[in-house]
Amino acid sequence: MSTSTLAPSQESPATRALHTVLRSRELAIVIVLGLIIVLATARRSSFVLSADGWRDTLLAPSILLLLAVGQMVVVVTRNVDLSVGSTLGITAYVTGKIFVANPDISVVVVFLAGLAVGAVIGAINGVLVTLFKVPALVITLGTMYVLRGALTHEVGSDRMNAQDYPAHFERLGTQQVLTIPVLTIIALVVVAAVGYYLHTARGGRELYAIGSDPDAADLYGLPAGRRVLGAFVLCGALAGLAGVFSAARYATAFSGTGSGIELQAVAAVVIGGVAIFGGSGTVWGAAIGAFLLVTINRALPILGISEFWQGAVVGALIIGSIVLDRVLSIRRTHQLVEARDHA
Amino acid sequence: MRINSKRFAAGAALALVATLGLAACGSDDDGGSDGGGGGGDKTTVTFLPKNLGNPYFETSDAGGKRAVEEFGGTFAEVGPDTAGPDAQVSYIDTAAAQGVNALIVSANDPTALCDSLNAAREAGTKVVTFDSDTDPECRDLFINQATAEGIAKVQVDMIAEQIGDAGEIAILSAAANATNQNAWIDLIKEDLAANHPNIKLVDTVYGDDDDQTSFDKTAALLADHPNLKGIVSPTTVGISAAARYLSTSASKGKVALTGLGTPDQMRDYVKDGTVTEFALWNPEELGYLSAYAGKALADGDITGAEGDTFEAGDLGEFTVGADSTVLLGDPFRFNADNIDEFHF
Repeated sequence: MSTSTLAPSQESPATRALHTVLRSRELAIVIVLGLIIVLATARRSSFVLSADGWRDTLLAPSILLLLAVGQMVVVVTRNVDLSVGSTLGITAYVTGKIFVANPDISVVVVFLAGLAVGAVIGAINGVLVTLFKVPALVITLGTMYVLRGALTHEVGSDRMNAQDYPAHFERLGTQQVLTIPVLTIIALVVVAAVGYYLHTARGGRELYAIGSDPDAADLYGLPAGRRVLGAFVLCGALAGLAGVFSAARYATAFSGTGSGIELQAVAAVVIGGVAIFGGSGTVWGAAIGAFLLVTINRALPILGISEFWQGAVVGALIIGSIVLDRVLSIRRTHQLVEARDHA
Repeated sequence: MRINSKRFAAGAALALVATLGLAACGSDDDGGSDGGGGGGDKTTVTFLPKNLGNPYFETSDAGGKRAVEEFGGTFAEVGPDTAGPDAQVSYIDTAAAQGVNALIVSANDPTALCDSLNAAREAGTKVVTFDSDTDPECRDLFINQATAEGIAKVQVDMIAEQIGDAGEIAILSAAANATNQNAWIDLIKEDLAANHPNIKLVDTVYGDDDDQTSFDKTAALLADHPNLKGIVSPTTVGISAAARYLSTSASKGKVALTGLGTPDQMRDYVKDGTVTEFALWNPEELGYLSAYAGKALADGDITGAEGDTFEAGDLGEFTVGADSTVLLGDPFRFNADNIDEFHF
C-alpha cells in the first residue's frame, strides 16, 4: 500500500532554520509588537528613546513575563491556573511583612521566600487537580477565591506603603545593569531556562505529550500526575516571585494586589500561540505575548486611542490570535494531506 | 408535585424570613427602651465602605468605631474586596435583613444601590452616606467631607503655587464613573478657566483606584506630554502610585504632583522631595461624625430635615444643611512640616 512517510528535507540546515522562523507562529506577534513600538516611537520618541521610556519598555512587562511563563507550562498540559493573581497578592504582602519585621534581611532571602510561598500554593493546586481528577479550571477558580478571601481576612485594614519597604529593596525595582533593568534580566533568565527545558528535556517534552493526548500519555506510561504536579509547582513559584517583583516595583501591597492579573496571564499565553487545550505552543510565544500585552497598554494612549477602547483592542487581539491559529492549523493539515497523497 | 413542594419551600422560607424580621424588630424595641432607661445604648451601626483593604476607609471606619464605642452601641464593618457599582448590594440586603439601626455607606455608584437602600429604609434601617453620595432620595443623610468647591479649590491652589501659576497640567483620577472625582474635576476646570488662565489642563486619565493601573497611567502621561508641569490626583491610591513612579523617574522634581493623599502613603515621597504638599480632610473624623449622625437618626433626635442639629461627641454640634447634607469642614494641607504628626 501507499506509504505516508514524508521524505527527509532536501534543504540545508540554514534555509531550514530560516523557514522555521518565517513559518513560526511567534513571528506574527513579533511583527505586531515591533509595529506598535515603531508607531509609538514615531509619535513620541521618548516612548523608547528617553531614559525613562527605555527602562519602562523593558521593565513594565517583567511581572507578566513571569506569570505568562508559569501559565504556559500549565496550559500546555491541558490545564489552567487562575489562582496566580491571588498568589501574587499574598507574596507581595508577605514581602512587606518580612521587611517590617526585619528591615535588614537580605533581598535574596526575600526572593527565595516568595518562590517558596508560591511553590507551596502551586503544590496544593497540583495535588487537588491530579488527586481528585477535577478540571483545573474549577479547582484553581476555587483556590483563587479562597486565597484572596484569606488574604483579605488576614490583611483587612492593613496596607504596605513605601515607608514599610527598605530603600535598597525599592531601588531594586528600577535598578539597571547596562541600561537593562535587573527585574527584566531575572525574568528573561527564567524564560530562557524554562524554554530550554520544555524544548529539549525529556520532562519538558512529556508535558506536551500529556497535554496533546492525556489518555495516550497514560497508556504509554508517562508519569502524568507527577509532571502536572510539577507544572503547577513551577507556575505557583513563578507567581510568588512575581509578587516580590510587584512589591519592588510598586512599593505597595494590599488585599487587592494582583486581582485580575491571572486573566492577563492567560491572555498573554493565548496571544502567544499556546493552544488553550494543551499540547502545543512555546515559552517564547507566551513571553512575547506578555510583552505585547503590556506594551500595547502603554502605547495606546500615545497613539491617541482612548483608554476606554484599550480593553476592546486586547480582546480583538485575543480573538485574532485564535483565528490565526485556526487558519494556520487548517493550512498545515492541507499541506500534510497533500504531501501524503503525493508520496 | 415537584412544583408544589418548591412552592411550599419558598413559602416556608418567606415565613421564616418574616419571623426573623419581626423578631429583630422586637429586640430593637427592647434595646431602645433599655437605652432610654439607663446610660447604655444598643444602637447597631454597620459601616459599608467602597471596598475593604483601603486605608482611607479603614481610618474612617476606625473613627466610626470610636464613636460607636463612646455611645455604647454595637459596631460592625462589612464590604466587598474590590470597588464595583453593584458589589455592595448583597451587603446592604444582609444589613437590612439583620435589622441594623444605622447603615453607613460610601456608595460606589449613585443609582445602582438605590433599590437596596430604599428596601433597607422601609425595613427601618437609617441610611447615612459618607465620602461618596447616592441620589438624595435613597438615603436619610449625607456626611460631606468637605464641599466639592472647597476640595477643588485647595487642589487648584496647591498646583498653581507649585508650578508658578502657568503651564500644562493633567489629572489622574479614580474610575471614570466615580461620583465625587468627576464632580471635583468639573469644578477644577471651572476654577482654572476663571482664575488661572495660564494653566492648561491637557489630559484626564483614569487609574481605576488600582496601584498598577495608576502607576502605568502616570508613566503614559509623562511620555505623552513632554511639557507637563504638574499632575493633580484627587484620589489617595492614584497620588501614591503616581508618586512612586515620579520618584524613580527623570521627571522627579520637574513635574509637580499634588492632590488628595494620606500621610502614611505619602510620607516617603514628601521626604524625598517628589511631592511638596497635598491635602485631605481627616477621614477618622468623617467616620466619627457619620456614626453619630446615624445614631441621631436612629434615636429619632433628627429626621434629616434642613436645620436639624445634633451633637457629635468631641467634634461638637452640627447642623443639617440643604439636601439632608452635613458638612465636616475645610480640607487640610499636609507638607514636610506637619506630616509626621499624622498616622493614617
